[in-house]
Amino acid sequence: MSGRPEVGTELPELVVRITRADLVRYAGASGDFNPIHWNERVATAVGLPGVIAHGMFTMALAGRAVTGWTGNPSALAEFQVRFGRPVVVPDDDEGAELTVRGKVAALLDDGRARVDLTVTSDGEKVLSLARAVVRFP
Amino acid sequence: MTLDRELVGRSYPPSAVYEVARTKIAEFATAVGADDPVHRDAEAARAAGHPDVIAPPTFAIVVSLEAAFVVLSDPDVGLDYERVVHGEQKFTHHRPIRAGDRLVATTTIDAARSVAGNDLLTARVELATEDGEAVCTATSMLVARGTA
Repeated sequence: MSGRPEVGTELPELVVRITRADLVRYAGASGDFNPIHWNERVATAVGLPGVIAHGMFTMALAGRAVTGWTGNPSALAEFQVRFGRPVVVPDDDEGAELTVRGKVAALLDDGRARVDLTVTSDGEKVLSLARAVVRFP
Repeated sequence: MTLDRELVGRSYPPSAVYEVARTKIAEFATAVGADDPVHRDAEAARAAGHPDVIAPPTFAIVVSLEAAFVVLSDPDVGLDYERVVHGEQKFTHHRPIRAGDRLVATTTIDAARSVAGNDLLTARVELATEDGEAVCTATSMLVARGTA
């Protein structure tokens, strides 16, 4: 897209399914092989309800809602999240569902805009803060 | 334990060089479902004004998280790795990471505090090229959960 949007503009909603296979693929690509992201036995032993998605995987998927909207991955100047609650990924073909919504929250200097994201799974917020600063030409 | 405020401002020696490969960018892009051709096709990347394929915005973590973890092996920090979880993450991109970049990570402790029995430590990792060009600032807040 070109030109800076108005405050309140909503991003297209992004819905992504996360399966165990996705977690294994992300582990390999990122180098984060913490077993809580692929091994039920280890995850439950440390008190988790089950295998959970990497927080950084959830962040990457949230970022896709922004880059998909702008059509320009290099326009994402700043991106920050606070990890609120884990995304539990069951050992089945359905996995977990992640929903990313976003809204232009403020216009900044230098043609930039701040986008606030709401990232939920199973109706619960999984990132307690998620915002991006996007550059517009 | 309670983190010592004296730790704030402490810096660690630069990391070894991490050379960014096209295949690693493509692998990461596939894993996170980033389907823009600028991550895989050098021609498409050049058409968009980049010298080579560029990495998705969170790729920096591949280099920065290990660099942030150097603080955990500092005996003065004394955080128990087993209890550490990732609390917050922020990236400030000075320019996109691209294939061929030779990146060096330098880590600094930006904040250290204890809240409700948990130790919170913020590690800022500056990613720059070997020649000193700033590429990305990646800030990780690590939480060591209290045992209480």
